[in-house]
Amino acid sequence: MNAFLAIIARDLRLATRRGGEAALTLGFFVVAITLFPFGVGPEPELLGRIAAGIIWVTALLAATVSFDRLFRADMDDGTLELLALQPLPLELVVLAKAISHWLLTGLAVTLLAPLMGLMLNLPGAAYGPLIAGLLLGTPALSLLGGIGAALVLGARRGGALIGLLVLPLFLPVLIFGISAVEATLIGMPLTPHLLILGALLAVALPVGSFGTAAALRLALE
Amino acid sequence: MPNFLHSLASPARFQRIANAVLPWASVLAIGLIGTGVVWGLGFSPPDYQQGDTVRVMYIHVPAAWMATFCYAVMALLSASFLIWKHQLADLAARAASPIGASFTAIALITGSLWGKPTWGTWWVWDARLTSVLVLFFLYLGHMALSAAFDDRERGGRAAAILACVGAINLPIIKYSVEWWNTLHQGASVFRMDGPTIDNSMLWPLLLTGLGFNVLFVVLLLVRIKSELLARRIEVLQRARASGRG
Repeated sequence: MNAFLAIIARDLRLATRRGGEAALTLGFFVVAITLFPFGVGPEPELLGRIAAGIIWVTALLAATVSFDRLFRADMDDGTLELLALQPLPLELVVLAKAISHWLLTGLAVTLLAPLMGLMLNLPGAAYGPLIAGLLLGTPALSLLGGIGAALVLGARRGGALIGLLVLPLFLPVLIFGISAVEATLIGMPLTPHLLILGALLAVALPVGSFGTAAALRLALE
Repeated sequence: MPNFLHSLASPARFQRIANAVLPWASVLAIGLIGTGVVWGLGFSPPDYQQGDTVRVMYIHVPAAWMATFCYAVMALLSASFLIWKHQLADLAARAASPIGASFTAIALITGSLWGKPTWGTWWVWDARLTSVLVLFFLYLGHMALSAAFDDRERGGRAAAILACVGAINLPIIKYSVEWWNTLHQGASVFRMDGPTIDNSMLWPLLLTGLGFNVLFVVLLLVRIKSELLARRIEVLQRARASGRG
């Protein structure tokens, strides 16, 4: 347990010291959302109808952009080998890294989402399902994205490839995150959609940790 | 049984089996596809609603069957490579990938051509079309990942992991027409209650389907043989270069 928490604490400490990197993801999130009114026109009704979709898709893209640095810095300075050698199983190390990644990107994006909703004229009833969906969905993104991040360690121009690899895995989270918002807006119950998002998170936990650990062992040979 | 599977891992044995199977399989593939396509395109009845446009079905449906079948084969080969480290399984999985991607592309394009006169649109974002598009991206990602490493063995293992993880998409594709309200037709052939399609259409469809299947086997065997030869050439070139240097 100590080792698990120590890994999370280390990642958080490094991120706050470097400062720029976590802020980069949030900056990308905000800037990308700001592009949409320029692209589709500033009409509030139109923006309100697509607001939830814009926020979700941009959250996905921001997560994808941030995966490259999940393992690369540790790989480059040899920390990854030490992490693989110590007694805590590699799957739990991966879980710790996914948690710290989520705290820095997914959680931050979820906290910023209401502000972005205000700017995009998101309907009032949609805020609850949007935040609940993001809270359940972004950890799944962090877990599944780790697989892509680990697979391209050591590949040439690997970073560009991560998006192509993980976006098919992200699609179910996106689909049900959006359907939660849509269902609430037409008066249907929210719970089934949140339950499915929870199920996706439950699947992402083993698949993400075991898949990423397998890919990391491959990268460390 | 495990011994038999393990014995398949030897490239020399594979070459012998492949050389024996290939001529017959090629003839069978040409025969089945030829008969099925000519029967379907020329001699099968037109649909009562769609008229003659339904004849695209004899290409579109077998291609779509093969798209998912190739991925399933690729995932099984990848899993056996990761578990038992059979080099031939790695080779076969990477050889199957472009074939599967081609079948998926054929299914998507013929489906689009079919959709324009019948649905009025080239594309619609319903569950079946979207999940098959995702399958296409999974194939492309697999091909890109296996080529992205300088060390070919590592590329193979990374691609194998990706193939296994992506296999979750297959039941989603199969059941997408049941779980979601889709524009795409529901299952008419592979159903629990048996096919709902008339025999005059079912037969050419099954012939073409079987023909595409044998074609996949033929293409896969040819690709694996070429890859084994290419590696032998590489070894010889390297030996000659180091002998000279």
